[in-house]
Amino acid sequence: MAKITSLNDLRKIKDDLQEKIRLRENAESPDSLAQIKVGMATSGIASGAKEVFNFLVEELQKRNISAVVTQTGDMGYSYAEPTIEVTLPGQPPVVFGWVNITKADEIIEKYIRNGELVEGIIPANYKTIDE
Amino acid sequence: MATYKYHLLVCGGTGCKASNSEGIITALNRTIEEKGLENDVKTVTTGCFGFCEKGPIVKILPDNTFYTQVKPDDAKEIIEEHIIKGRKVTRLLYTDPETKKHVSDSKHMGFYQKQIRIALRNCGFLDPENIEESISRDAYQALGKALTEMNPQQVIDEIKKSGLRGRGGGGFPTGLKWEIAAKNQADQKYVVCNADEGDPGAFMDRSILEGDPHSVLEAMAICGYTMGANKGLIYIRAEYPLAIKRLKIAIKQAQEYGLLGHNIMGTGFDFDIEMRYGAGAFVCGEETALIHSMEGERGEPTFKPPFPAQSGYKGKPTNVNNVETFANVPVILLKGAEWFSSIGTEKSKGTKVFALAGKINNVGLIEVPMGTTLREVIFEIGGGIKDGKKFKAVQTGGPSGGCLTEKHLDTPIDFDNLLAAGSMMGSGGMIVMDEDDCMVAMAKFFLDFTVEESCGKCTPCRVGNKRLYEILDKITKGEGTLEDLDNLRNLSYVIKDTALCGLGQTSPNPVLATLDNFYDEYIAHVVDKKCPAGACKDLMNYYVIEENCVGCTACARACPVNCISGERKMPHHIDQTACIKCGTCMEKCKFNAIEIK
Repeated sequence: MAKITSLNDLRKIKDDLQEKIRLRENAESPDSLAQIKVGMATSGIASGAKEVFNFLVEELQKRNISAVVTQTGDMGYSYAEPTIEVTLPGQPPVVFGWVNITKADEIIEKYIRNGELVEGIIPANYKTIDE
Repeated sequence: MATYKYHLLVCGGTGCKASNSEGIITALNRTIEEKGLENDVKTVTTGCFGFCEKGPIVKILPDNTFYTQVKPDDAKEIIEEHIIKGRKVTRLLYTDPETKKHVSDSKHMGFYQKQIRIALRNCGFLDPENIEESISRDAYQALGKALTEMNPQQVIDEIKKSGLRGRGGGGFPTGLKWEIAAKNQADQKYVVCNADEGDPGAFMDRSILEGDPHSVLEAMAICGYTMGANKGLIYIRAEYPLAIKRLKIAIKQAQEYGLLGHNIMGTGFDFDIEMRYGAGAFVCGEETALIHSMEGERGEPTFKPPFPAQSGYKGKPTNVNNVETFANVPVILLKGAEWFSSIGTEKSKGTKVFALAGKINNVGLIEVPMGTTLREVIFEIGGGIKDGKKFKAVQTGGPSGGCLTEKHLDTPIDFDNLLAAGSMMGSGGMIVMDEDDCMVAMAKFFLDFTVEESCGKCTPCRVGNKRLYEILDKITKGEGTLEDLDNLRNLSYVIKDTALCGLGQTSPNPVLATLDNFYDEYIAHVVDKKCPAGACKDLMNYYVIEENCVGCTACARACPVNCISGERKMPHHIDQTACIKCGTCMEKCKFNAIEIK
């Protein structure tokens, strides 16, 4: 390990290392970031949810977008798998169906980055027990 | 580089380690490997999460799932269910004691909601044995900023402006202390970190050192810069092996990275840190005694002045600060004095770490803004009193402090309010007592501690505390008189006024505080010869309730001293002169026919 010889050096190293704990830092304040849940029950995984999950985690990081990506159980929309639910800060959750890699890419670029809605939204037609 | 989808944080503090958190990590790593998830899941050993009551803790990120009392055998289920299938392992989740519902993540736990973590900011978040994780969370940035962008006086002014006061108990303004040490000229000066945490039930400093050692090292270097010292010493008790190990690792890593040692960050400033071990004497938390102990002398205090800032370690100007005080410093420099002073009360700024212990549901480590009320701490964060019993008092400040009662529950906690209420902040131990605790016996317990820990140098402390203890002992045995109560009070004042150091000057506090708040309990012991809490053995008698006794002879057969007599199927009788008050009869009786009076 080369010695740190200036404050700029330290700052640069910090920026490089921060990536490693970004997941933890994001988790500190989930409500101020985009939260994405990927439905990953058996039917979800069989239709490719795992690939979508990996794609989301890796691409969001590459594109420098702070978000919390978690997996969850079956959302019930078996006809539309893989499904993901995206909650932007201060907005109601939106569920997208038929999400493949291309779709996930579109969701990142349009909805998560700009709040622009894209095709494939499954309207919320349920109530939760908290309501 | 692998992009991890999950970080599994496992508590590696002394508490959780004692309940085999290392075994959990091994088991988790083994399962991760078996399932081929090495590139998706990463385990991290962190410092204390504070929720020691339910340890060992495993926290799963990014979803903040908080698993409690995890065993190595649970590792497989956590990986298979939570990580692979995305289903939380419900049986390991924290259950809210009031609603009886499982709480899915730490953001929704009452324990964390009222807390603001500054000194504990990295505890339970970082791997304390890996400097890279600390650097990624701004470690040494404040030092760099001070060295390159500020002169020593500017740093002192910033600390003064923040209103930071010593967290070891005294509450002396930290900036002022640094300024005094800076003004004294000498060829050699020292920065000392006081990690001799000795209050019974307190583990704040240990947890900071175990969970985030770099914050303390960095602050010591900053302090060295302001006062012109290039040598730092950490005085730590040898009973803290894990803290010592992590400090050593941290010092070594910081030296390798050029963040300690010669010409730090190319600024020409030299600063290095060494460790000094104490044998765990309570008096060595007093700064002059601490310095003597480091010099190899007996750990005895000396009269102040001269203050350590004038003549301390080896006769050189020395600045002594507590661990928690240091841990606050880097954040103040990075976020600014204004930010820090916006938290807290008028005269006590920032937060305070408390170690909750005793009859409380959530035993653990918490950090709250100054000015939080005792009620919030005990009932909201602490989850209330164990087994639904009634709250009686809380001892703050350990053996040097006093007790706060129900009438103090809504007092905002800060340095001055606690003093006004007859207690003190101390280093942050909070021992909660319920209706079954006898306050006379509690005062006796602390006096027993101070008698043991007194260095014996000055008479008031050596002899006076012993006499206090003897009077209390007499009272708990039912042999006290009303005159004893007056003597207790008078002797307490004499000791306070005449003892040499902080230990003796504060040791009568538990006596005075209980006399003030629980005088009726003393009267009950002295006049009625009864212990209202039923805790003093000598004042209890077991009696048979004749109406309930069916004469089954179970108690008589179980009594180890054969002091219970009576015919079969007839009410029995306990011979009070022979009874040793062991309580066996009460345990054995199936008819609730034994009572304590």
